[in-house]
Amino acid sequence: MDPLAAIRETFFQECEEQLAELESGLLAMEGGDQDPETINAVFRAVHSIKGGAGAFQLEALIRFAHVFETALDEMRSGRVPITPDVLKTMLRAADVLADLVRAAHDGSETEHPLASGLVDELKAMSGQAADEDEAEEDWGDFEFQPMAAAVDMPEAPAGPAGFVVKFKPRGDLYAKANEAALLLRELARLGQTVVELDAHEVPPLTEIDPEAAYLAWTITISGDTDEIAIREVFEWVDGDCELEITKQGPADGGFDMASLLARVQDEAPAEDEGPAVVPANAGEVDVASLIANLSPAAAPEPEPAPAIAPPTLSVVASAPAPAAPDAAPEAQAAGGPRKSEAGATIRVDLDRVDRLIDLVGELVINQAVLAQRVMEAGLARASAVAMGLDELEQLTREIQDSVMAIRAQPVKSVFQRMPRLVREVAAMTGKPVRLVTEGEGTEVDKTVIERLADPLTHMIRNAIDHGLESPEKRAAAGKPAEGVVKLAAFHRSGRIVIEVSDDGGGINRERVKGIAIEKGLVAAEATLSDEEIDNLIFMPGFSTAAEVSDISGRGVGMDVVRRSIQALGGRINIVSKPGKGSTFTMSLPLTLAVLDGMVVSAHGQTLVAPITAIVETLQPKAEDVHSLGGHARVISIRGGFVPLIDVGMALGYRRDPLEATQGVALLIEGEGGSRAALLVDAIQGQRQVVIKSLEANYRQVPGVAAATILGDGRVALILDIDTIVTVSRGDMRKAS
Amino acid sequence: MSMTVLTVDDSRTMREMLRLALADAGFRVVQAEDGLHGLEVLQAEKPQVIVTDINMPRMDGFGFIEEVRGDQRYRAIPILVLTTESDAEKKNRARMAGATGWIVKPFNPDKLVDAIRRVAA
Repeated sequence: MDPLAAIRETFFQECEEQLAELESGLLAMEGGDQDPETINAVFRAVHSIKGGAGAFQLEALIRFAHVFETALDEMRSGRVPITPDVLKTMLRAADVLADLVRAAHDGSETEHPLASGLVDELKAMSGQAADEDEAEEDWGDFEFQPMAAAVDMPEAPAGPAGFVVKFKPRGDLYAKANEAALLLRELARLGQTVVELDAHEVPPLTEIDPEAAYLAWTITISGDTDEIAIREVFEWVDGDCELEITKQGPADGGFDMASLLARVQDEAPAEDEGPAVVPANAGEVDVASLIANLSPAAAPEPEPAPAIAPPTLSVVASAPAPAAPDAAPEAQAAGGPRKSEAGATIRVDLDRVDRLIDLVGELVINQAVLAQRVMEAGLARASAVAMGLDELEQLTREIQDSVMAIRAQPVKSVFQRMPRLVREVAAMTGKPVRLVTEGEGTEVDKTVIERLADPLTHMIRNAIDHGLESPEKRAAAGKPAEGVVKLAAFHRSGRIVIEVSDDGGGINRERVKGIAIEKGLVAAEATLSDEEIDNLIFMPGFSTAAEVSDISGRGVGMDVVRRSIQALGGRINIVSKPGKGSTFTMSLPLTLAVLDGMVVSAHGQTLVAPITAIVETLQPKAEDVHSLGGHARVISIRGGFVPLIDVGMALGYRRDPLEATQGVALLIEGEGGSRAALLVDAIQGQRQVVIKSLEANYRQVPGVAAATILGDGRVALILDIDTIVTVSRGDMRKAS
Repeated sequence: MSMTVLTVDDSRTMREMLRLALADAGFRVVQAEDGLHGLEVLQAEKPQVIVTDINMPRMDGFGFIEEVRGDQRYRAIPILVLTTESDAEKKNRARMAGATGWIVKPFNPDKLVDAIRRVAA
């Protein structure tokens, strides 16, 4: 990639981070955070976005960021009070800024519908003139403002065209690491220079103050240059030196505007500088000064002259200097650990990480194969080989964990998108809502995080739209008008758990059951536990058009949420308390590269069923199994019937069904909560397996999600539970 | 040996821009993310010129310049400040703190390099 394009990408990535910082800072302030560093961070975020936008000439972004930044600066300096209303405006401005950043990223920089309104609000708030032309005001040149002044015109000495520059540095010039020698070098670039050193002020060596400046120069420049160019050379030392520039005009001594302007500028700030110009070589020469002899020496090259000043400084300064070497090692040691932090992060192509994960997966498998071979060879567990192998196993696991951790990221990146959503939905529904987040630092695989955004968005919309009551209802129930939606993440037994809860009215079970009966999802006479009723909302087809508003609607029901969570190897359920609110709990694997599986066998084949799908395992009894004709069977489990699916037959390993009592049934729950029992020959055990894509290496096979390699080196297929259930149900319908 | 330039800026974008411009011109570039970090890199890398931003967390540009100027070992290192043209006040504060010169953002890479050569012995 062309380096600038790469930096552009970095800029947009950084913008996202800064937008997040901006929003969380404003939210913290809304929550009462008064730490000055918070508002500084908020200001810096917008300032940085503006700076980068400037580098890439993203005009719409620059304009908006500038007004926003100015308003924040006013707030930072206390001129704009920090009130809830002001913060709300700032938050809306942050949303617009985010939109503008994204539009700029897509290259679709157009006017934002809300931008101009907000610009006016921000300007009104911070006292920026509403109609001022920003381009003029901000990027214009402030250095050359015309001002009226009476000036004595210098006598233009006759002679060749050119300039005479009288330059006398003050101590401050050197203290700021400016260097007279370098300035003379710059001047020499403008034309032919004749440099005259005036060292008459240099005192005897014993009286020299190393911080003071004693030398002055008179430089005559001839050639094709102008006063502005000369002034530019001295731009950075303006105020730290006495400077007089006179034009050596042609003999006619005509009016020179540039020189006039320059004199005006030079003299304007002179109030605090005492007598403005000390003429060089004026009056008596200090006879005592040893160096006075140098004075008349005209130096054609600038180098020799300043050579006097800086070395003098360093010689005299050598008294305190010995302190430096002592301080250095100490300070170095203190600085040591932080140094590594400079390179604390590196950017790595995701493909490389995935390749590494893949290889480590192979290593895990290889190690397992080796372990099995050693066992088979009959080596004692206490033998050196077996013990070495144990160590290898431990090491392999550590490597695996560390590699997986590379892909892990804090859930913060997806949690950060939610405050804006909450604001929007709150505004649409007219319900005041406060979002509380917890455990943003909890880490989980990058892919899991990416695929969490949609389900979370949907659940939060639902929580506000359906979960929270209207302010009136809340008041009647004695609750504060502002509803609370909480988003929390934490680790529990090797998985990440994410909870979305609200303090609303809880699930209206009567209504939910009524809808489910009406839609034919449950039998009218069915007796359901509270938990079962609550979980009805996850059934496909439950979502009701009559009830769904355009906020939580969008044609997606909770069944879709459940499906996307299950696709990630996760589970979701709901706990609701009438009058108190509901909590959705999702439990997800930390990585998609390994899977907790139950290893089973069917007709001599070894298969793996994802543990997350298995509700329980049982030994079928003859009296519980009923044939529906053909090969279709159902099994009665605690009074309910579920289809009994022979895995060996479903995958085509055998033609005749296994006698149910000869095998083991896995009660599984597929997408949308549909249940089925999978009949297998035996359960071999439970273990973590490394997932290998079958699609990438072979092709998609119905009923098989992926493959893995077991310790004995054999390939085992990982069952795609949902497909097996769906296909078998189809068969069953045909059969019955 | 090429000249070492220390850039201090909290924005990754700006750091990358600076690195690109300076490395292209043949400078050795060392970088820091804020003033405090800058002081540490300063000790380790002994740059000949420093280019610093103003608005930074932990220690801003003003504080950083004052620290450098207050240290016998580093006080003679030229410091250029990155500033926006509109901010005369910040420019003056930076000068008061001891900045050698300034570079206006968004900077032109050639001007940046010129500015560094201007202050480097």
